[in-house]
Amino acid sequence: MVTLARLRLLDRKLLRDLWAMKGQALAIAAVIAAGVTMYVTYLSNFDSLQRTRAAYYAEARFADVFASLTRAPAWLAGRIAAIPGVAAVDTRVVADVTLTVAGMTEPAVGRLISIPDRGAPGLNSVHLRRGRWIDPARPDEVLASERFCEAHGLAPGDAVSAVINGRYRRLTIVGVALSPEYVYAIRPGEIFPDARRFGVFWMNRAALGAAFNMEGAFNDVAAALGPGASEPAVVAELDRLLAPYGGRGAIPRSLQPSAWTLENELAQLQLFGFLVPAIFFGVAAFVLHVALTRALALQRAQIAAMKALGYATRTLAWHYIKWALVIAAAGAVAGVAAGAWLGAWFITIYNEFFRFPVLSYRLSGGVAAQAVAGSLTVAALGAVAAVRRAVRVPPAEAMRPEAPARYRRSLLERLSARLRPSLATRMVLRNLERQPGRALISTVGIAFAVAVLFVGLAFIDVMDALINEQFTRVMRQDATVAFVEPRAARAIYDVRHLPGVLDAEPLRTVPVRLRAGARARTLALTGLPDGAHLNRVVDRRGRAVPLPPQGLVLSEMLGVRLGVAPGDELQVEILEGRRPTRRVPVAMLVDDTLGLQAHMRLDELGRLLGEGDAISAVALTLDPARRDRFYDEVKVMPVVAGVELREATLQNFRETLAEHMNLSIFINVIFAAIIAFGVVYNSARVSLSERSRELASLRVLGFTRAEISLILLGELAVLTLAALPLGALIGELFGELIIAAFSNEIYRLSFVAEPATIAWSWLIVSAAAAVSGLLVRRRLDHLDLVAVLKTQE
Amino acid sequence: MRAASVAAGLEPIFTARGVRKVYEMGEVTVEALRGVDFDLFEGEFVVLLGPSGSGKSTLLNILGGLDVPTSGEVLYRDHDLTVADDAALTIYRRDHVGFVFQFYNLIPSLTALENVALVTDIVAHPMRPEEALALVGLGHRLDHFPAQLSGGEQQRVAIARAIAKRPEVLLCDEPTGSLDISTGVLVLEALERVNRELGTATAVITHNAAIAAMADRVVRLADGRVAGVQANTRKATARELQW
Repeated sequence: MVTLARLRLLDRKLLRDLWAMKGQALAIAAVIAAGVTMYVTYLSNFDSLQRTRAAYYAEARFADVFASLTRAPAWLAGRIAAIPGVAAVDTRVVADVTLTVAGMTEPAVGRLISIPDRGAPGLNSVHLRRGRWIDPARPDEVLASERFCEAHGLAPGDAVSAVINGRYRRLTIVGVALSPEYVYAIRPGEIFPDARRFGVFWMNRAALGAAFNMEGAFNDVAAALGPGASEPAVVAELDRLLAPYGGRGAIPRSLQPSAWTLENELAQLQLFGFLVPAIFFGVAAFVLHVALTRALALQRAQIAAMKALGYATRTLAWHYIKWALVIAAAGAVAGVAAGAWLGAWFITIYNEFFRFPVLSYRLSGGVAAQAVAGSLTVAALGAVAAVRRAVRVPPAEAMRPEAPARYRRSLLERLSARLRPSLATRMVLRNLERQPGRALISTVGIAFAVAVLFVGLAFIDVMDALINEQFTRVMRQDATVAFVEPRAARAIYDVRHLPGVLDAEPLRTVPVRLRAGARARTLALTGLPDGAHLNRVVDRRGRAVPLPPQGLVLSEMLGVRLGVAPGDELQVEILEGRRPTRRVPVAMLVDDTLGLQAHMRLDELGRLLGEGDAISAVALTLDPARRDRFYDEVKVMPVVAGVELREATLQNFRETLAEHMNLSIFINVIFAAIIAFGVVYNSARVSLSERSRELASLRVLGFTRAEISLILLGELAVLTLAALPLGALIGELFGELIIAAFSNEIYRLSFVAEPATIAWSWLIVSAAAAVSGLLVRRRLDHLDLVAVLKTQE
Repeated sequence: MRAASVAAGLEPIFTARGVRKVYEMGEVTVEALRGVDFDLFEGEFVVLLGPSGSGKSTLLNILGGLDVPTSGEVLYRDHDLTVADDAALTIYRRDHVGFVFQFYNLIPSLTALENVALVTDIVAHPMRPEEALALVGLGHRLDHFPAQLSGGEQQRVAIARAIAKRPEVLLCDEPTGSLDISTGVLVLEALERVNRELGTATAVITHNAAIAAMADRVVRLADGRVAGVQANTRKATARELQW
């Protein structure tokens, strides 16, 4: 009270009024807090990741341009360094090998990268996390990537076996390391990272060079650009230089797989950081408006009295807007605190996928300030309309009680004289109809609650649909065996004779650069046989798309990126073998789900390459009982570069990425439930304060508590029922909006929702309504029958 | 005059003895009733007269089962209202008491007829709502909503609503408090007629001394005590009242 006494009079009134409506104030503050929490969580993570990334890339001298090739003499490095704009060049030997790891039956892929025999690499520094550097004198020592070591429980001193250039070799891990090139370590051609089945190993240049016949030569190059250098010009020049040496097309940093994924993830975080809180804030403003309008109606007499005493309209308006601001500020503070806590937790999850030497969480003052400013603005907007109407009333008019409400028979009764609803029903119907605006607002408010829940839950369906499509429609094979080099079509028979193989289907992937004018993309072009039944092209509706005899079939996203439509011609630069450049028409664009894909008929691709019937991989189905024997044999086949297993990919996806996504979905749902409760509870409280006099009169007349509860809660029930379908509709719109914004080069998801999802969101909102109803019902029990009859509102 | 009523063979409906009511209002204790004795007999028309703060509304609320005394005894027939719980008081109000309020307290979303039907729907042997409205002279305005009725008409609907259940007792708290004299008289005529034709015992609270002339008995309250009881030898009709 001492502190209260120091406050200005109006502010004291403000605090007491707020205390009197604390339940409602708390519900609104919770909605705002939910929005702020989401905002702070997402954006502080975005901020932390972005800072960490920038610092790491700079410190580790992450290269700007990357290229791989078949084999080039070491002296070419000097020519590359001489390209205008190139500041530094690092050449190395990179090779993918099949690994055997103790405790794992299926084969894994190891990427071996050379590091200089003495000193550190000039670019893309390797950060030693544990253990020691390689002893130049010992050719079998390696550094291994951290995630792979963690996935297998490997520590310095442990060993893995690899088939290197056809020979079985034992590699001793002496250190655990990180690299800016593998912040997000994903196997080429896979969609989701799998730490168990993809490891990066750094090995002595001399040792790796010897193993792959690369002494005095290199097959991979990274370059850093000087200030003001033209990236496309360097890429083009590098391609020109490397072409005679089997260059597979240089790519800028933005398309380097790890950097590209990280960038996409950050873009998504930033988008979510705005979109989700925007929806929550919108709902909060709405609820605040409804609650304040009603609270102010009850303050009519006070407003009039204060005006009569000489308070200016502006002073009073500010006083009431402060109501909203105090509530919003409380919500914002709670939200920032919760967001900081949740954000720090989220970053540990990101740490699972993105490996930086240090990924520390930091909540910047900017993000916190934006969140607070945003919620105050939203609250003020929600309040302004309500306040303006209330304080505009002339004092004399406001002193008189509000004119008695005018009612008429409800539409239902007017439509049919034979319908004779009970008196309680009539009261509910006529009340709703007398103030259709207010009923609509309450309904829309509750519908928003349904909508946010629905969207939150529907993302589970979206992920399920993605898995379902990817693993049961597109990839129907159990495994894909990739060859070190393209082989003649009869290689399929070798694979078919492996133990447990039931069905086999060839495919050919070849690195190409697709060019349309100034736009170009480097990617893998996949050739599939006519009538492919294991690996198929499937559109977003799950329909298999048969490949036309001629021409390219591109992902729609790729078509957009390249600016081409069916019938247009693309320049296809083959980045392998004899490296022909051809012009090929685009036959069709497929509205598909994943990434940037290009397909064509296998025979047509062979013609294009001028190599006849070569294949580079075989998709196959396996007899589950003989799977382990298949693994054992395929692991030691020298011609096999890697084996991709559907089961392992799926399981990995479920265990890691899906878990992460489900967590954020779960958190969305929790916050949506808070909104649902906040909105419904507010609606119930508003109608209670409007109706308390009427209900008390009925109690005096001898109505029981149950009977009057029915009248009040009946109204809430009608509003809630009306809100359910409307909410599903709004949710569908939100979902489409989010999915449209969510689409990037990795995913093009479709918004799908199972009927059960709608049912769940309805159920949860109905439960929130029931709980609110019960809470309000408890207040009904404490109606002061005597006081309410004495005073006239 | 209690002796006179007993002599007339009338049973008391209410018997209140030593009724005290103390309100704890924060740090202040307000003694609204300081030991009141009060009886209401069958068919009687009693006016409770007193200035504001005299305790008359508190007494009426206790008789009507809206409030319980701090101490003392309140009997409705042979039921002790002081020991009844909330559910029992609700049933008591529903079955036996008709209330008329100063501010009518009609349900604005229901028509005159429906406001009356609200009560007739929940009791055992009500009169028809139309009949109750005819009794207060509103047989022609059945389908009007409260907003379409004048203050006096609204109060007469409230009376119809109160009597439609054929209560044994009608409790009226300042029924003419917000009405001018001519409409006030119409309302009092309705009360008079109900008392005369149905024999409903009626207690009317007012600070308007003029109304006392139409009572069988006038109980004056002041400062939480009964200041005096006076029987009218001749009851004035409502039409004769002047204020």
